[in-house]
Amino acid sequence: MPINPQQVRAQFPTLQREVRPGIPLTYLDSTATSQKPLAVLQAMDDYYRHSNANIHRGVHTLAEEATALYEDARAKIARFIHAPSARQVIFTRNTTESINLVAYTWARANLQAGDLVILTEMEHHSNLVPWHILQAERGIRLEFIPVTENGTLDLEAYRALLQQSPKLVSFTHMSNVLGSITPAAEMIGLAHQAGARVLLDGAQSVPHFPTDVQALDVDFLAFSAHKMCGPTGIGVLYGKADLLEAMPPFLGGGDMIKEVKLRSFRANSIPHKFEAGTPAIAEAIGFGAACDFLTSIGMDAVAAHEHEITAYALERLEEIPGLAVFGRENPHRGGVAAFTLQGIHPHDVAQILDSDGIAVRAGHHCAQPLHEKFGIPATTRASFYLYSTKEEVDKLVDGIYKVKTYFG
Amino acid sequence: MDDLYREIIIEHYKNPGYKGHLEPHDYAFEDSNPLCGDHIEITLRVGADGKVAEAAFDGHGCAISQASADLLIESIIGQPLEDVKQLNKQHILDLLGIDLGPVRLKCALLSLKVLKAGLYGMGEAPDSLVE
Ligand SMILES: Cc1ncc(COP(=O)(O)O)c(C=O)c1O
Repeated sequence: MPINPQQVRAQFPTLQREVRPGIPLTYLDSTATSQKPLAVLQAMDDYYRHSNANIHRGVHTLAEEATALYEDARAKIARFIHAPSARQVIFTRNTTESINLVAYTWARANLQAGDLVILTEMEHHSNLVPWHILQAERGIRLEFIPVTENGTLDLEAYRALLQQSPKLVSFTHMSNVLGSITPAAEMIGLAHQAGARVLLDGAQSVPHFPTDVQALDVDFLAFSAHKMCGPTGIGVLYGKADLLEAMPPFLGGGDMIKEVKLRSFRANSIPHKFEAGTPAIAEAIGFGAACDFLTSIGMDAVAAHEHEITAYALERLEEIPGLAVFGRENPHRGGVAAFTLQGIHPHDVAQILDSDGIAVRAGHHCAQPLHEKFGIPATTRASFYLYSTKEEVDKLVDGIYKVKTYFG
Repeated sequence: MDDLYREIIIEHYKNPGYKGHLEPHDYAFEDSNPLCGDHIEITLRVGADGKVAEAAFDGHGCAISQASADLLIESIIGQPLEDVKQLNKQHILDLLGIDLGPVRLKCALLSLKVLKAGLYGMGEAPDSLVE
């Protein structure tokens, strides 16, 4: 069923507010973080009001309820990404921590000096810096799949890099700047043929279109709740069971152990091996509720709605003289339009749009190397989600014309 | 907001009075705001009386960063160097005549940071210089 934006919007309290008296919010910054529906707020509130207790160790009623809610959330998330089992879903703080978990455990156990890790030029800093750190510490080698002028990855260059027997390929399923959706299934297949493991950054893909980790055959997938209607402070690392079982633990402490002696410990089984200490229980429950919410609408419908809004936005933005959308030529794109406006700095664009209640982002969006490659220090980015409307796009366009008159 | 982009800011951004590079100069320093690519260079000459005789800025960036640089230079010409070294955040806010959130504050304060780091002969311009 196609999305009815007004029905969807009614579920989001922030979308009802005014930024200043008489000026409603036009929220076009969902790529940074999405707004939260009532169902998610309610699930977290219910947990704190009725079932608040620490999980796993208690035998009292509340502890059992809390444990059941927490594990139930894990199962919902597993179903959402079509994971074979819930124990392959590890709770982290966010995508960044999930990527770091792989870099600190799997990579330190499996990569030696000189081993090659392939990344791309369009990665978010969270999929660059953990590998820079490992490069400094271990002497691993990094190579980058180039981004072409039209915002796609250069797959010929990728095939050539695969000849060098990489150990890991780590890349984003969707760029948070260009909106480019990468051909993940094909790239994963090629990596496996070359004997490499694959870590997929799903921060922008899992929230916006259906994800099936088994169909993708991906080794690791990282994503964050806060970009998909869930709370901040919780994310997931999905991994293939044999890999997760063989990996050393990440942080040490309570919950991640089977047994502790004064001078030694035995690690717990997955997923608990990677979840040291009291986790973000309410947030995990909120994450589960967000998956339920998105499933009730249908991820195909979410993707179709965003596609329609984005196509409309690109068409309208291109009417504006002096405006250039970053990576415009790529047809395989999600709901992101990063643009430059000739002679006007993105900060000024964003600030003037804010006076009309329009929330966009200005800067390098944690993808500084990508901006440098194209010789642009910063862009203004509008992004869309299941609650975005064509009227909001029209407001954006009117706002940009206003910016131009200020600076005209 | 029309506050924020008060004519004075747009005016100094579009038609800066002190844009350029002084050669020779007694002090020169430059720095950028990595978040948005704003870049400011300031060059300065001191008179025999210890006052700022001439100063100029060069660079690129958002209207706030460029306008505050121009306003700052205008405000220090003829001032004793020792007084200029004491300037802080409030001076810039007074010149702009507006309140700024934390992100835009960084843009506004870049020129003062550059100026003070130059005067104190520091290798880098730490944020603490202008707090
Ligand atoms: C593509 C991509 N990867 C990773 C991240 C990092 O996500 P988080 O800040 O939730 O760890 C983001 C968030 O902006 C992103 O867009």
